[in-house]
Amino acid sequence: MSINAPAKPLTLKDYKSDLHNDWCPGCGDFGILTGIQMALQQLQIEPDKLAVYSGIGCSGKTPHYINGYGFHTLHGRVLTVATGGRLSNTDLTVLALGGDGDGYGIGAGYFVGAGRRNADFAYIVHNNNVYGLTKGQASPTLSKGKKTKSMPEQAIQDGINPVAMAIASGYTFIARAYALEPKYLASIIARAIRHKGSALVDVLQTCPTYNDLYTKEWYEGADLPEKRSRLYKLEEKGYDGKVQDPTDEQEMIAKKAAAVARSYEADPIPIGVYYEVELPTYEDAVFQRIPALGEKPLVEQDVFHRDVTPLLEGMR
Amino acid sequence: MIGGPQGSGINASAEVFAKACSRAGLRVYANIEYHSNIMGKHSFYRVRVDDEDVRSYKDKADILVALDQETLTGDGDHRRWATHYGHLGEINEGGGVIFDSEIGFDPATAKRPDLRFYAVPFMEIIKKALEEVGKGEQARRYEVMKNTVGLGASLALCDYPFDLVAEVIRSQFKGKRSEVGELNVRAAKLAFEHVKQHENAKEFPYTLKPGGEPKARILAKGYEIHAIAKLKAGCAFQTYYPISPATDESVYLERQQREYNLLVVQCEDEIASINMAVGAAHMGVRASTATSGPGFALMVEGIGFASITECPGPVLVMYQRGGPSTGMPTRQEQGDLQFALHPAQGEFPHVVIAPGDLRECYQDTFSAFNWAERYQMPVIVLSDKKLASVYTTIDKLELRWPDIDRGEVFTGTEWTAVDAKGPNDSGSQTGHNGNGNGKMDLANVKEYLRYAFAKDGISPRSRPGVTGGRHWITSDEHDPDGHITEGVEMRVAMMNKRMNKLKLLQKAMPQEQQYFLHGPKDADLTVLAWGSTKGTILDALKALEAQGKKINFLQCRLMRPFPAEAVGAILRSAKRIVSIEENYSGQLAQLVQEQTGVMIDQRINKFDGRPFSEDEVANALAKVYDGAKAEPVVTHVH
Repeated sequence: MSINAPAKPLTLKDYKSDLHNDWCPGCGDFGILTGIQMALQQLQIEPDKLAVYSGIGCSGKTPHYINGYGFHTLHGRVLTVATGGRLSNTDLTVLALGGDGDGYGIGAGYFVGAGRRNADFAYIVHNNNVYGLTKGQASPTLSKGKKTKSMPEQAIQDGINPVAMAIASGYTFIARAYALEPKYLASIIARAIRHKGSALVDVLQTCPTYNDLYTKEWYEGADLPEKRSRLYKLEEKGYDGKVQDPTDEQEMIAKKAAAVARSYEADPIPIGVYYEVELPTYEDAVFQRIPALGEKPLVEQDVFHRDVTPLLEGMR
Repeated sequence: MIGGPQGSGINASAEVFAKACSRAGLRVYANIEYHSNIMGKHSFYRVRVDDEDVRSYKDKADILVALDQETLTGDGDHRRWATHYGHLGEINEGGGVIFDSEIGFDPATAKRPDLRFYAVPFMEIIKKALEEVGKGEQARRYEVMKNTVGLGASLALCDYPFDLVAEVIRSQFKGKRSEVGELNVRAAKLAFEHVKQHENAKEFPYTLKPGGEPKARILAKGYEIHAIAKLKAGCAFQTYYPISPATDESVYLERQQREYNLLVVQCEDEIASINMAVGAAHMGVRASTATSGPGFALMVEGIGFASITECPGPVLVMYQRGGPSTGMPTRQEQGDLQFALHPAQGEFPHVVIAPGDLRECYQDTFSAFNWAERYQMPVIVLSDKKLASVYTTIDKLELRWPDIDRGEVFTGTEWTAVDAKGPNDSGSQTGHNGNGNGKMDLANVKEYLRYAFAKDGISPRSRPGVTGGRHWITSDEHDPDGHITEGVEMRVAMMNKRMNKLKLLQKAMPQEQQYFLHGPKDADLTVLAWGSTKGTILDALKALEAQGKKINFLQCRLMRPFPAEAVGAILRSAKRIVSIEENYSGQLAQLVQEQTGVMIDQRINKFDGRPFSEDEVANALAKVYDGAKAEPVVTHVH
């Protein structure tokens, strides 16, 4: 993405709106919000050149707390609206946000569609295993047989694997992070924004109100005899998911397979970058077909003086 | 009329003939009926030609070209429930039937002694044409030329100059394909000569002569006109998901992408289509999509979303087809008016306009972008299968009508455009969210507010990326910033602001684009109708007028906001009213009753998936005129 650094360095405060926040105290969303703002500050993205899209749910409110152009869209449709925006103005940095229900449940079709396109945006999924705003039903990432305190019965359907789904769909940057570690999260989000193409950051997140299974203490492993974290960073175990030669199909397949294998590790759970590859984006393909759009974005094109005479002449 | 299995090229020959007539100064109205099927099922094309404007089809043709047996006798022999009974009953007295002698049809079984039958050896003629260029053994490869043979044969009957048709065929096979073009011309000529030698072809009662001076006319289909209007209006972003009969428009536009800097995106479904278009419109480009009923059913949430966020679009061309559910995908119906009027939850403003012919398709599609941007709401242009696929002459498209109007746009950093006065968000300390109980003095707000309460009722929109125009949009109820609110005063003010835009729009729209009273002001009977039945009704009224019947026709075009006062006044002064609609229940009649309080008791409806013919409308109206009760019409069954 094009990143224009302004004359005066932007501070974290420049990315905060003055809106009162109505998330529950201790919500993992705060960590994600901070992580996003830190990443934006690191990259010095001008708020006027930033478009933040979101779905519906607690996470959907995030753009209201960020200084930038904010688009709080519909449940499950965030990627479609964001794609329309992104393709219309390729000068803007586009962030898409949503919950796990929003992205992997009701929006699963658009999750797949966006992966196939590989348009240039970062998609951050708040993954807390529950539908928070409707008071704690099982989300698509909660495994079969699990039961949070808000659920009357155990989950009868199994959970999906977002990383594997992203691999299969064609995302070119796939990472996972943890909401309560904003600094690390920010570094991952910054990489996702810098990445040219569709980038997924699945953020493991606590819901202190409804999810009593995957709590802060659980992630910290407070219940384990050895008191170790239930998370580990991929790069610390020598894992490198980046495809060095995108023309090497064998390398790409091997890296995808490795990423999928890691994504099934349940304890400890890997965080960090699972997979990364530089491939032509949807925009690249569009620019090839319609060169004018490579010179200036669609929204700046003069399309109001078209001569349709040749089309009409063809109808004689 | 030409009929045959799908894939046999009946449309190519019908359209060549149509062009040959149009170029010679004649008026053409051609329409196709086809199955939702790729290959093999029955389809047929009617081409009606006249010196004067023709806007509909007639029940009967003068000449039938049959490429297969089913065209003649129907599909009752191989289907448990016959779909149709062939077209032998749809030929005028003394007309001609040209058929492929290979099918072994016995004219005596037709029970139409008045008709002239011509068994033409289609394949022999193709073989002969190929032999002339030394390719005689390849005849089966060129079987597709049967349609051209049929065309050539029919020209011999109606005595139309062969050269006019040959010229069109040649113009369609240019460059490398010119050899194939010549082959087609030769095959048509051989068929032409074959029929000319026929004793029975002399003094055929139905002949056709070229018109006067060839006029500067074009022959177009509705989907092309919708697409050209979009191009001309500055549409930069079109989304679609394949669906009959809407796909043609998007594919046409896709073909023009490179030439006109237009981005066409094929989406994963219609929910993506509408919402991607909403995303583009909010970004400041003129965005549109096209779909049909089943796709529209998926799009509905996006329409409500566009409206509550006061999105400057998108424009949605909705090609109605036979419903409900999958219904009859390639057949005609005006069944989605009430659906288009009430697409989604809650109450919100949007525009619904229903053009009646190709010129109106152009005007309304073009205007739709202006309205979408000036009044910041989605616009639905209600077209249909019939308008999409009709192939007809247009004199001159008024391409300059109207001008581009992009509405109020915030462009600078200065807050001058609007008066920010509005209600306080009573439930809120900071003006947001309804969490506190403080007040916010909006009059003192100096920065840009996307949803400001402007003097003229419309908040100037700003283009994301513009300095100082930063804002939020949300599908929730919101305050002037675009942040969520559940405050009561703000809710009421925002609802009023949004809904009031409909009044502004209606006030500004030209009257003739809202409704039009055709025919005499003073009539014994007033027809109430909308959309693509316009031409059929006008043709029928012309015929009825000649019989001394005084009938006028109120065409409703703007469905939302509905011009209730004016329409009500016209109808209240009418002696008798009858509605004509291609649907089961009379959806316009319902709308008019609801909006004006005028009851429409007499309703002529047709819901068999086929458009009204001129005769069907004329007959039904004549009965009602003479005092009979209106009854549903079904396409001439036998």
